[in-house]
Amino acid sequence: MFVDALILFQIAGIGIIVALIHTILKQMGKEEIAQFATLIGFILVLLIVVNGLSDLFQQIRSVFLF
Amino acid sequence: MDILQITILGVLASLLYILLKEVHGSIAFLIILITGIVIFFSIIQQIQLIFETIRKLGDQANVQGLYLTTILKIIGISYIAEIGAHLTKDAGLNSVSKYIELAGKIFILLLAVPIITAVIEAIIGFIPNV
Repeated sequence: MFVDALILFQIAGIGIIVALIHTILKQMGKEEIAQFATLIGFILVLLIVVNGLSDLFQQIRSVFLF
Repeated sequence: MDILQITILGVLASLLYILLKEVHGSIAFLIILITGIVIFFSIIQQIQLIFETIRKLGDQANVQGLYLTTILKIIGISYIAEIGAHLTKDAGLNSVSKYIELAGKIFILLLAVPIITAVIEAIIGFIPNV
């Protein structure tokens, strides 16, 4: 599944774009929407990471005979 | 995955972490997490090969299956506990990482109880009844 650094760039890109959106919305004076944008970006990244972590733990369970 | 690729991946992850730390701290932490996952994924296939070899040798030497299974489980517990401990230490929670390490040690001791019991029973069997 993880054969290259694509997932790393994906997460970094999401982070940078979310930070950009947050800054722009803050400049426009919409604090609440900026907070929501940050929260949703974080949840997206968390989804990717938790999927990877679940795959890793399944692999460990199958290798180490649990 | 080659060792060169893993090293480059680590350097790349640290660059992205430095870039992202200023603007978004939590996603920067998730980058550390996913780097650990990717690197461990690439080494676990090699670990599987090594374990198959160990198990084949154990079968040839007529080692009881219980002992080999226990040892492999202990190694797995130590890997998982180390991943968790390092992640929590990176997030700045030193005490939680110490607790995870303690839990790993306790579970390893719990798994080793049958082996310890077998050793003590063997020693007691050597002592002649007076």
